[in-house]
Order: sequence, then C-alpha cells, then structure tokens
Amino acid sequence: MKSTVWYRLDALAKNLTPFGITLILVLVGVVPLFLPVYARVAPLLPVMAVYHWAMHRPRLLPAYAVFLIGFLQDVLTGMPIGVNIVVFLTIYGVVVSQRRFFAGKSFLISWLGFALVAAGAAAESWLLVSAIHVTLVDARAVLVQYLVTLGCFPVFAWFFLSWQRSVLGQG
Amino acid sequence: MKDPQRPVYRIAAPIKNLAQRFAYMGLVVTAFALMLLGKADTVMVERVRAHVTDAVAPILDVMSRPVATANEVIDQVRELVDLRAENQRLRQEKARLLRWQTVARRMEAENGTLRAMLNFNAVPPASFVSARVIADNSGAFSQSLVLNAGAREGVRKGSVAITGDGLVGRIAATGNRSARLLLITDLNSHIPVLLESSGIRAILAGDNTDRPRLIRLPQRAAVTPGERIVTSGHGGAFPPRLPVGVVASVSESGIRVQPFVERNHIEYVRVVDFGLSGILALPQSTRPVAKPSAGQPTPDP
Repeated sequence: MKSTVWYRLDALAKNLTPFGITLILVLVGVVPLFLPVYARVAPLLPVMAVYHWAMHRPRLLPAYAVFLIGFLQDVLTGMPIGVNIVVFLTIYGVVVSQRRFFAGKSFLISWLGFALVAAGAAAESWLLVSAIHVTLVDARAVLVQYLVTLGCFPVFAWFFLSWQRSVLGQG
Repeated sequence: MKDPQRPVYRIAAPIKNLAQRFAYMGLVVTAFALMLLGKADTVMVERVRAHVTDAVAPILDVMSRPVATANEVIDQVRELVDLRAENQRLRQEKARLLRWQTVARRMEAENGTLRAMLNFNAVPPASFVSARVIADNSGAFSQSLVLNAGAREGVRKGSVAITGDGLVGRIAATGNRSARLLLITDLNSHIPVLLESSGIRAILAGDNTDRPRLIRLPQRAAVTPGERIVTSGHGGAFPPRLPVGVVASVSESGIRVQPFVERNHIEYVRVVDFGLSGILALPQSTRPVAKPSAGQPTPDP
C-alpha cells in the first residue's frame, strides 16, 4: 500500500518535469549574461521546449500549462501581456494537430518542422507587437533571433530527448 | 492513454477530446482579451506584472549571481593582462582631472558667492538607491531590465536610473522588492533632450534598436555627429543636464544617438529620486492618470 503511494508521488513528480523545465527555461532566458549583443539575439528557449513537449508528451504539457508559460514570458520580458500566450498556444495547437505526421520521422524532419513553426511564431509575435504599438517594429532583430533559435535547437532537442528517455520513459 | 480497454473511457474519449478543443480555444480567446485589457487598463496590468515579477525576483536574483561572478573573474583576468597600459592611461587622466578639479573648485566658490547674492533657492538634494540587474529583457520587442530593489528599498515609479556613464532609463513600475526599468532605447521611451553645444531642443525616441532616434528638431537645425546629448529637464520628468549620448549618424532617414551607457555592461544602476514627478503626476481631467511609459510622450509645442 505504502509503495503505491510512493510510486504515484514519484510518477507525479516526473510528469511535472516537462512543465518545470519549460518554466526554468523562461527564467534562464531573461538572466542577464552581460555579453555584447547577447540580449538581442538570445535564443527563444521556451519556444523550443513547447515545440518538443507538444510533439512528444502533450499530455504532460496541457494547454493551460502553455498558457501559464506564455504569461510568465510576457510578464518577465516586458512584452504586452497576451502576445507570448497566443504565440505559444499557436505553436502548441499546430504541433499537437500534426503529431501523427512527425511520429517516427527522423530528427532532420523534426528540425525542419521546428524551422517552419518557429518562423510562423516569430512572424506572429512581430505582427501582434506591431499591431499593439501601432508601429512597425524593427524586423531585423526578430530575424536574427529566429536564426539563432533555429541553430540552438539540436542541442536543446537532444537534452529534451535524453530527459524523456531517462526520466519519463515510455508513455 | 490510461486504459483504452474500459468501455467508460471509450465513450468518454470523444467528449473529452471536444472539451479539450473548447478549452484550447477558450485559452486563446482569454489571451486576446488580456491583450485588449492591457491596452485599456494599463494600471491594473502593470500591477499584476509587478506582483508576478516580485514573486520570481528572488529566483532571478539567485540565478543571476553565478553569471555575474563569472563575468567578474573574466574581467579581472583581462584587467591583469593590460595592467601597465591601464596604469599609464590612469596617470594621464589623473593629471587631466586635477586640472579640472582646480577649475571646479574655483567655479564652486564663485557659484556660492553668486547664489548668496541672489538669495537663490538650491535644488533639494536627491536620494538614491543602488540596485542590481537581475533580468535583461532587451529583445526585439521591448527594452527593459528588472532590478532587485523595489518599493521596500525606496524605489519609486518615475525615478531616474543612471550609471557613472550617464542616463540608463526610468523606473516604469515597482513591486515590493523588484522594479522594472524602461531603457532609453525602448519603443515607449521619449525623453526631452538638448544638443549640448548648440542648445537645440529635441526628443530622444527609442525604437527598440541600440541607437535611439532624435526627433522633433526645429527646421534646418544643424546637427553634426559627435555632438553630446543631455537631458533638457523639460516636462519635469528628468533633471536637466544628465549625459545621455552622442550623435552617432546623421542621414536622410534620421539622426541616431549612441547612448553613453553600454547596455550589456549594466550590472548595477543607481536609482535616483530627484523629487520630480513630471507628467506622471499631472492631473488629467479629474483623476490622476499614470502613464505606462517612462518617458515624456509629447514635447512642448
């Protein structure tokens, strides 16, 4: 009896990690690194996390969790509240609906999918922020940030995958 | 998928699916509603933002420390490498500053005499708080920093943030133990400035790039690169004569200013309360309206 309780607690803790990791990446994304030009081209870490978990473990990262992550991202980055919520939810919705297509495909396909989804996300946030401020925001920085995010994706995807295999197991 | 064999689950699955879809759409609609609310009721949204930032400020504080320490170590090594050159430069600078000190002493004495003659009311001394930067959000969409000092430490909304180099920005919102600092490069930052040598008035408007633009200059105003920009003090939001930057480029597309403060070197800032409330406290219609932006949006006509 006692062991089942522990087993359940253990499973619950493990199942919370995709959400936890994504939250931590939101915080890591705003920690000042005092590097020249870093802040402007910092990769969008939560975008990668939402993409990955939506594809591999959507049950462990439900839509309301994505909502909370987007909210925290908006609050901490000083962006108008709602922008990142919409962007993250869009990524989530698109990826979850296309899960069957990605199932069992190679990593290259997953990366290509990320390239498309992240491009859409960058365009969406640019449009939303420009609309809210009623002015065209400089798109060059957005483009650079997108490319950096794309380049960093394999590293983080590897980390998420190994976490998934070692901690979460099959599920 | 917990137990697909159970008949209850087989019936419940489509319903659950439908519910999930509705929940998803509901969340998206809520997000859009939040965006509209942010446009309509800035005061409330800023308060929520301040509270949430306050809650995670201790975590950010801890997370930013190792990075800061690593940077200090790197800096120390770098300083050791060019110690001799640095020493030479500092000797020269000391000699130069000593000459300036003599001038300043004479000026101070003269100023004192003249003030006494005029019965001049001196400006009240400013109080300041030093704060550490715990989050850097200077991306393509906003340019702000989060500081580890808030209302508890005496940081007030509207206070001016400076470093030894010059103006950094203005406190846009304060929580209990954290504050959001809007940089002069932010899209919402509009600061009344002066070209120091010619005395021409202008507005320094950020556009989320590293170099803010100089706008609202008088017609045919001659501006040359290298000219110093200081705050003008108009509008009562900033004290006059704070160093801001130098004119970096003058072209058809506009005048760009290179701020004195290099953003990626900001680790500590000094938040100074000059006792200026500026437009933030001006009563509009019947109730006081707090603006979300830190700058002064419109110049005097």
